[in-house]
Amino acid sequence: MRIFVPATFLVLLALAVAAPGLITGVDPLAADPLRALAPPGADHWFGSDHLGRDVLSRVVYGARHSLTIGVTATVLAVTAGVLLGLAAGLSPKWLDETLARSFDVLSTLPELLLALLVIAITGPGTVNVIVAIAVAQIPNYARVIRAQTFVVRHAAYVEQAVTFGRSRLAITAGHVLPNVLGPIPVLATIGLGTAVIAASGLSFLGMGPQPPAAEWGAMLSEARNYLRVAWWEALFPGIAITLTVVCLTVVGRRLQRRFEGRTP
Amino acid sequence: MIKRLGTGLAVMWAAATASYLALLLAPGDTVDILVGEGADTPEIRAEIIAEWGLDRPEAVQYLDYLWRLLHGDLGRSYQLDRGVGEILASQAGPTAQLTLAAAAIGVTLAGVIAVATAGRGRWLRGAASAAELVSVSVPPFLIGILLLSVFSFTLGWFPVSGAAGPQALVLPALALGLPIAGVLGQVLRGGLERALEQPFAVTARARGLTERALVARHALRHALLPAVTLAGWFTGALLGGAVITEVLFGRPGLGQIAMQAVTGRDMPVVMAVVLLSAAVYVTISTLLDLSYRAIDPRIGG
Amino acid sequence: MTVNAAPPAVRTLLAAEDLRVSFVGTEVVRGISLSVAPGECVAIVGESGSGKSVTARSLLGLAGPGSVVRAGAFRIAGRDALGFGPGDWRRLRGRFAGLVLQDALVSLDPLRTVGAEIGEVLAVHDAVPRARRTERTLELLASVGVPDPAARARQYPHQLSGGLRQRVLIASAIAAEPELIIADEPTTALDVTVQAQILRLLAERKAGGTALLLISHDLAVVASIADRVLVMKDGRTVEEGPTGQVLSAPEHPYTRSLLAAVPSAASRGTRLSTAPPLVGAAARTAGESPAVGGGPRTAAELPPAGGGVRVAGEPPPVGRAVSRAWPVLAGVGLSKSYGARTVVDEVSFVLHEGETLGIVGESGSGKTTLARLALGLLEPDAGRVSLHRRPWSGVPERGRRPLRPRIQLISQNPLDSFHPRHTVGRLIAEPLSLSVSASLSASLSASASASRSLSRGERRDRVLDLLARVGLGPEVAGRHPRELSGGQRQRVAIARALGPRPDVLVCDEPVSALDVSIQAQVLDLLAEIQAEYGTAMLFISHDLGVVHHVSDRVLVMKDGQVVEEGDVEQVFTRPRHAYARALVAAVPRLPRARDVNVT
Repeated sequence: MRIFVPATFLVLLALAVAAPGLITGVDPLAADPLRALAPPGADHWFGSDHLGRDVLSRVVYGARHSLTIGVTATVLAVTAGVLLGLAAGLSPKWLDETLARSFDVLSTLPELLLALLVIAITGPGTVNVIVAIAVAQIPNYARVIRAQTFVVRHAAYVEQAVTFGRSRLAITAGHVLPNVLGPIPVLATIGLGTAVIAASGLSFLGMGPQPPAAEWGAMLSEARNYLRVAWWEALFPGIAITLTVVCLTVVGRRLQRRFEGRTP
Repeated sequence: MIKRLGTGLAVMWAAATASYLALLLAPGDTVDILVGEGADTPEIRAEIIAEWGLDRPEAVQYLDYLWRLLHGDLGRSYQLDRGVGEILASQAGPTAQLTLAAAAIGVTLAGVIAVATAGRGRWLRGAASAAELVSVSVPPFLIGILLLSVFSFTLGWFPVSGAAGPQALVLPALALGLPIAGVLGQVLRGGLERALEQPFAVTARARGLTERALVARHALRHALLPAVTLAGWFTGALLGGAVITEVLFGRPGLGQIAMQAVTGRDMPVVMAVVLLSAAVYVTISTLLDLSYRAIDPRIGG
Repeated sequence: MTVNAAPPAVRTLLAAEDLRVSFVGTEVVRGISLSVAPGECVAIVGESGSGKSVTARSLLGLAGPGSVVRAGAFRIAGRDALGFGPGDWRRLRGRFAGLVLQDALVSLDPLRTVGAEIGEVLAVHDAVPRARRTERTLELLASVGVPDPAARARQYPHQLSGGLRQRVLIASAIAAEPELIIADEPTTALDVTVQAQILRLLAERKAGGTALLLISHDLAVVASIADRVLVMKDGRTVEEGPTGQVLSAPEHPYTRSLLAAVPSAASRGTRLSTAPPLVGAAARTAGESPAVGGGPRTAAELPPAGGGVRVAGEPPPVGRAVSRAWPVLAGVGLSKSYGARTVVDEVSFVLHEGETLGIVGESGSGKTTLARLALGLLEPDAGRVSLHRRPWSGVPERGRRPLRPRIQLISQNPLDSFHPRHTVGRLIAEPLSLSVSASLSASLSASASASRSLSRGERRDRVLDLLARVGLGPEVAGRHPRELSGGQRQRVAIARALGPRPDVLVCDEPVSALDVSIQAQVLDLLAEIQAEYGTAMLFISHDLGVVHHVSDRVLVMKDGQVVEEGDVEQVFTRPRHAYARALVAAVPRLPRARDVNVT
């Protein structure tokens, strides 16, 4: 029941990413300077922005930019993080220590600064923001997976499998991996929320998709110059980001609780 | 303690190495990158080559770079035509004010909310946890925008931008502190509730303690432990958030400098900011680690 | 207060009638009547879920959040407790009655010094002037037998031994000189010698005039100290009366089964549980003769495992055949150290075919490390282990694998030993699927025996057979271990261990986490299995009664060394080593008249 509302919103969001035209028929880039900064009303449900573009349409189409960045960055980060974490967790001690220390060092840098360091090298742009966020998040996943690998490797059920005479490979494949990889969907769901916030932050700073692209963070960045006269231009993309992250977090925690109930 | 110092130094060394690698890995000629969008004359190029020793092998350059860092020489910004150390020093004050104020707000708010709601009625706890959920899900700059439009534009209580006087500090510190309060509040409340279910809490109640005394004398210390381990996250939230907050509120500070450096690809400044934030991290996590040991006698050494 | 000379009816400290406690609609205490007089010790005995702890806590208004306490009459210290507000309860706690819980490591605040914990009681009740608090704290520590109180008071609970910690917990409970001590399983986490000391300490308090309400699952603990006993089951009192009468001439069948379930010297060779033996199950398994012909043979010199001992289709015989000729598992001069700490120190043992070797010792004696050495999960620093007279230690794991099915492990916490995502059926099938690889290497080693891989259907049948053998229905195969009770989980673990038809079962505290009646069933099951298959068992336990019940021979361990070894009767009746003597003497015993008729 409590999962129903956020799940519905996420489905709606997926629809906005896949086929925004089904939700709104208005072009998000069509400017109409004569109707700039119109308050919410029958013509523009969410009002219009400083160039007279429909805010509702921009919010809907913005989902594509914001979520694409978030999802791609998360997939990249999870993949690399899992591989590195597993490599560390299953390696001999010296290699594990080396990898673990490098995760530690990378995570000493605040994510946003690490992302800015990457962008300082690569320059702004959608792809670069994705890379920047992914790089910044890799150490988190790698550390979690390494720790999890360590726990599972020393779990009683793994030792029990040794007493059955199973080979190392069979134990790693049948017992260690499934229990290490199990929590990843949960981690990724919650991590996606963080990535969406990070993406909006970088876009807000002007590092992401360049105008006139509709991206929630970039919309907010533009809107802050018109706060005094048009609150709606900032409010709706803001709500979109917040709702997205809230729903992802709620669904993620719910999955986590179910998962933890399953693994004693 | 010596071990901690060693780890700290290792982190600093690694951060320096990482940012140096970033410089080398950056596409294009290193001289071009270092010049960035500053004045590009043959003299300046020659100066850069001399300072960074770009005509020498990379290993020598790297060692030379470390050697200069050890002497506190952070290099020179060719775009601003000033020493990097000097630039950072001039901007550290406002950022320190902002982050310290935000940290104080975050910690205080989190503590008050957690103590007031832990183990209380369902509604109160539900409200607190919903507020925490929203505060961690809202991008930090959105909180800032909301605060600005309500308190500056609509009510006119606080200045819109700048760093003149304590009044100008209120909104930025709130914008930066609220998300921190959200996360810390969650962790603290969870810790309190777990502590209040432990057998020692039953024993303490059986001695005739009031619930308030139980929280104050027993449970709070237990709840602090998980919060203290959030050092890395805490530092990141403060420093990363400072960049956005300073840009949003038009405050001078290290965040503004970092942003300008990134946009202008002023690598010496970017590298120095990275080093500085690693140093801040090392300091904060060392302090928190020490306080963890002070709180929990079970951790040896 | 004088020593209890008056009859208990004169004045009661506490009297409850028809006490009921419920949590969100579920009643867990369903009408208990209880009274405690000054200087008297009343014990509430019951298994987990009987409601005994909730009863005890509700007497201090501490039944917990969401609880509703009702009673026909409820008087504490001469006042009507039904109308008590939070303030009334608080004034009572600590002052009128002190609470002692089990395991002081978590029942004392781990982040505060023990002195601070005791001082807190003095401060809350203003028991002594502020200036005298430290002095009084030290007096209290001394009075419960803590040596060097001044130094100890500055220490934290984790820095003290289990026994000292428990003494501190008692000191904090009696600090405000309450008339009543409520002790909820006060000795449960302790070693047997320490348990004896703590019981003596409580008895001294009682002799000094303090009343005692003792909550325990252990009838023997209660026997030594309680004046009256109340047996609880499912929230109700099933039997109540003077201790001697309840324990020696119980009237209620539940009390009788509880008493009969306690393993001890007297119970050797008999069934502990009142449940009938699993004859049907045994008959069903008998069709496919276990062990014989099925297990992988790696060499012709191995005798047929368990052959000739099994009597299928009949209730297990009382005695069993032990062949001292063939050592299935042996360790010589085993040592293992972690850093500077020697955990196992030159231990040697031999386990013969069909025999049970009990290994007994207190916590930290090295029992579990020895088990891991025996299982080939740990390499000894010195000495060697052999299985069927072939090297078992000092060989690469690859070399051990073919013999692995021959030696299986049953551990204390079955749930930890189960793959968290597998169903019961899949768990039991796992070691079976391995007869494939095991028989492969067996055939490689030139001894082409009857071993072959099992088909999917055969494996399924075998799983159901094994489940039936341990008394579980086929429907359990599809369920997840988390949905099962502790006893059922241990049965699943046993079924899984039996799957590969082992010659040796290493049982590491297999019943320590179970209630006594469930423990009885599991011990009976192990006995049946041994009688049926002739499996040898290395049986590790801290519980001397259990070891006495199951073992043929016993090793007593202390600080990593074997201090006593011999036949079970000799070790338990004529122990030679001083430590073994102290250990045996410390075991709390039920009254002699134990010839309870159980049918």
